[in-house]
Amino acid sequence: MVDVTPADAIPPAEVAEMELYHPHSWWTKYVFSQDAKVIAIQYSATATAIGFVALVLSWLMRLQLGFPGTFDFITPEAYYQFITMHGMIMVIYLLTALFLGGFGNYLIPLMVGARDMVFPYVNMLSYWIYLLAVLVLVASFFAPGGPTGAGWTLYPPQAIMTGTPGGQDWGIMLMLVSLILFIIGFTMGGLNYVVTVLQGRTRGMTLMRLPLTVWGIFTATVMALLAFPALFVACVMMLFDRALGTSFFMPAIVEMGEQLQHSGGSPILFQHLFWFFGHPEVYIVALPAFGIVSDLISVHARKNIFGYRMMVWAIIGIGALSFVVWAHHMYVSGMHPYFGFFFATTTLIIAVPTAIKVYNWVLTLWRGDIHLTIPMLFALAFIVTFVNGGLTGLFLGNVVVDVPLSDTMFVVAHFHMVMGVAPIVVIFGAIYHWYPKVTGRMLDERLGQFHFWVTFLGAYLIFFPMHYIGLMGVPRRYNELTDVTVMTESAQHLNSFISIMAFIVGFAQIVFLFNLIWSIRHGREAGGNPWRATTLEWQTPQTPPAHGNFGKELPIVYRWAYDYSVPGAKEDFIPQNMPGAFGTSREPA
Amino acid sequence: MAIALVLVLIVVGSVLFHFLSPWWWTPIASNWDYIDNTIIITFWITGVVFAAVVLFMAYCVFRFRHREGNRAAYEPESKRLEWWLTVVTAAGVTALLVPGLFVWNRFVNVPSDATDVEVVGQQWQWSFRLPGKDGKLGTSDTRDVTPENPLGVIASDPNGQDDVVVEAADLHLPVGKPVKMLLRSIDVLHDFYVPEFRAKMDMIPGSVTYFWFTPTKTGTFQVLCAELCGQGHSLMHGVVMVDSQEDYLAWLGEQQTFAQLTAPEQTGSADQIPGKTIASGQEIAAELETVGSR
Amino acid sequence: MSVILVFLAVIAGFGGWWLSHQRLMAKPWLEQGVIGDLVGMEGSALPTAKIGLGVFLAVVGCLFALFTSAYFMRMELSDWQPLPIPRLLWFNTGVLVLSSVALQCASVAARKGQIDTVRLGLTTAGLTALAFLVGQLVAWRELTADGYLLTANPANSFFYLITGMHGLHILGGLVALGRTTAGAWNGARPQRLRLSVELCAMYWHFLLFVWLAIFALLAGWAATFIDICRQLLT
Repeated sequence: MVDVTPADAIPPAEVAEMELYHPHSWWTKYVFSQDAKVIAIQYSATATAIGFVALVLSWLMRLQLGFPGTFDFITPEAYYQFITMHGMIMVIYLLTALFLGGFGNYLIPLMVGARDMVFPYVNMLSYWIYLLAVLVLVASFFAPGGPTGAGWTLYPPQAIMTGTPGGQDWGIMLMLVSLILFIIGFTMGGLNYVVTVLQGRTRGMTLMRLPLTVWGIFTATVMALLAFPALFVACVMMLFDRALGTSFFMPAIVEMGEQLQHSGGSPILFQHLFWFFGHPEVYIVALPAFGIVSDLISVHARKNIFGYRMMVWAIIGIGALSFVVWAHHMYVSGMHPYFGFFFATTTLIIAVPTAIKVYNWVLTLWRGDIHLTIPMLFALAFIVTFVNGGLTGLFLGNVVVDVPLSDTMFVVAHFHMVMGVAPIVVIFGAIYHWYPKVTGRMLDERLGQFHFWVTFLGAYLIFFPMHYIGLMGVPRRYNELTDVTVMTESAQHLNSFISIMAFIVGFAQIVFLFNLIWSIRHGREAGGNPWRATTLEWQTPQTPPAHGNFGKELPIVYRWAYDYSVPGAKEDFIPQNMPGAFGTSREPA
Repeated sequence: MAIALVLVLIVVGSVLFHFLSPWWWTPIASNWDYIDNTIIITFWITGVVFAAVVLFMAYCVFRFRHREGNRAAYEPESKRLEWWLTVVTAAGVTALLVPGLFVWNRFVNVPSDATDVEVVGQQWQWSFRLPGKDGKLGTSDTRDVTPENPLGVIASDPNGQDDVVVEAADLHLPVGKPVKMLLRSIDVLHDFYVPEFRAKMDMIPGSVTYFWFTPTKTGTFQVLCAELCGQGHSLMHGVVMVDSQEDYLAWLGEQQTFAQLTAPEQTGSADQIPGKTIASGQEIAAELETVGSR
Repeated sequence: MSVILVFLAVIAGFGGWWLSHQRLMAKPWLEQGVIGDLVGMEGSALPTAKIGLGVFLAVVGCLFALFTSAYFMRMELSDWQPLPIPRLLWFNTGVLVLSSVALQCASVAARKGQIDTVRLGLTTAGLTALAFLVGQLVAWRELTADGYLLTANPANSFFYLITGMHGLHILGGLVALGRTTAGAWNGARPQRLRLSVELCAMYWHFLLFVWLAIFALLAGWAATFIDICRQLLT
């Protein structure tokens, strides 16, 4: 046990003060800013903007699937371009960028009690390179031949062949260049997030006092730093194959009756590299969501997160395990079949720490004082969709069950539920939760209720029935299902229903966007700590926090992040920087 | 409050949808009902967990919703409860994994009496090759693909001469006989998938992959490509007809062998090729019939 | 993928070692007050920039480990024909070692405050690193002239790809080195200069290590070594 120093005997903060860069003009304050909070908003705004492009793309593909033959402008080429760009944008440019670049930048320094990220200049560069990557991506829409239509997995050989839209035009090149830029930019940001957590913590902020949000983002960033190089390597090698004619991934091929120059390459090699990045990527998106949702539930149920230690261990365990499960995306890829035994086992093992996290979330609700605020509602929606999507993952991870289901709509439904809907409802919950800190005003409650109900129920109605279409054997990535015999007429009606729900859910996001903009001016004044939360970001002297985050002196941390409803304490929350001991019997009865 | 009710409705609705909706897998036509059974086990275990978690959550939201003067309990952790949950989860996961691996073992080990059937994918059609009298498929190479030799069979390999080549047409299989599908592609990734057979596998240019199954029902089944292969992906259909033994032999009798297909080029040198290696499909069918009757 | 898995296992080992000193078994709800004064509970005593560089080098190491993994996987296919290693590479290796040694000297001198030696070391390191890059380019030209073209064989493709990637990293390092050298001539604060020189030296040593590893890989010794290990295991 640790000796507890009496609160009043503590000298002022001894953490070395960092030199802050002081902006001199409007440009360096709001545009080329080195303040992590401004960079966070730049990241979030860019990610949201490109995310809306991806949303529109999903509408277009749902138009085709729900009402086949009605819209002539959706040619097969266009359809494959829509699905490719939709997937790539959502996974990389929206989810990864928003969780790490957006939430990471805003929350890490505030939550660990730092004035800023440790390398602010590099942090700023990170955003501008990210923006460049997004612009290159957008440019591919206007390039001759349009963007690539290779599917977001970009499997060679088809990704760089004429039979695929953009394969022999600019599309695939711009895609690869954009990804390479994204990875460079992300690495710059990622170094900041990791080193700030390592070195920037204020006095008293031990690892076990970190909010789970920081744990989630920190672990995800470490994983991303180690996983993204695999995508980088794959992209560079594919770029060589496409632009210079090497044969890393390209075997001997007869395309439309003509022998190509390539020979001997291995398409499976690309798949290994891609999924070596691609599977950790799932958890790179999921872990920040896990962390954030833990905090949302704890704050709004006024109760400490149940099993904090187990939650931390589970985050670390999931992070480590996720590097040895990648080939479960390749059960039917033609790799050596004996790999299936190993990867099915590791994949199902990872279900155990994940399940523990779910139990701990619902056990936090047990005997809580649940305020059904909008962040709480979204957190509940997360648990439902994540449990649903996680459980269907047990189908696909179990190698032989995957055989009939892989490459069907079942897979589409599964990953949209688990890494589409689930993390995105966490993002919504987090925005409703932290918006008051960012702007000083609350988001409108009634619009929020509308947004929540339509998004949650609509998304569930989209993706739950979709599993059954996949179970029927309907393959994914088909723009034309009319000739597929397993696609019955009633299933086609179901598909139309799913499309209509997709438009409705998409519409709700426009309402949300309106709420975001409208409330900056017209929202209810929030005050510094509207949710009565304990973590440091709510204890800043100004709201929104000024440059440098905290006032003259950095806060000193005296307790963990979850002192809610402590027996004997007057209030039902004790901020982390409040000195003094409260409560006598802290062990549960 | 509404949320508690909605959570219950989600569970009830999902379960009702599962049992009452008309959308379910197509009737199986192969030996892989093992796979179907594993899926059923998985549905039961995961369904129970889903219902339990969401209903428990609904109860919590209803029972512990905020009311004036409420205060949450203080409960950092409960080691015993967490360990119990871990053990129960691990047991559930094992119950899923063990049958899965057991069936996978069956899936990857081909029975010795399975007949080879080669499937060749190309943008965007299916071709097939059956071994001839010798029961062996000749070797092949993508570099040897020409308009006359669409599958790239190596002409110098004597095993390949009597192979039956079915270019861009329907494949017929005899019912009740295990087949080993050898999968090959000459351009991009494809995936040979017949929903009724449950099995599928990617085809990779430059290598040969496989899976095996035994057709158990006669009838006509649609082949779908299940790996994105370019803009014609969704139109890459084919047909597999599972025939009775007699129908199968009748079909086989009408097919041409590799030697016959390439014969026009070889007319000049026809003398040098021993007549019997140019076996027709008819001869192979006759041969098989005698083997079958023995 | 075994190379990258071994690499990550090493990283995981470091991570695990670090985490084991962070009292992850503690029950944080029982501990109130300032416990940051316990040894090792706060950030490391090392300068933050060094930690940052360390993390970055882990990422770079990961990148090259992945290239190596891809190299070994592609090597097993039938069309692989190893290319002869130009003898110039031995010379280049010597030059790069010299560069590293010069930076190490500069780093030691910076600690002692001998600014002249620092300047000399930095300049030597910069020039030798440039010489290394030029040497690499000449080696490329020799190979091309001998008909070992980029697309002719995957072994060639990998040779150009991996050496090129390493060269780019040296080039990036030269930017930082250039700024440090400019600082050394323009009278940067000694403490700051010392840190910059140490960071450069760290990066240089790491890239030398990477070079030795990929030299062994491209020359085929790494494959032989792994074969021997495999035989010992079986």
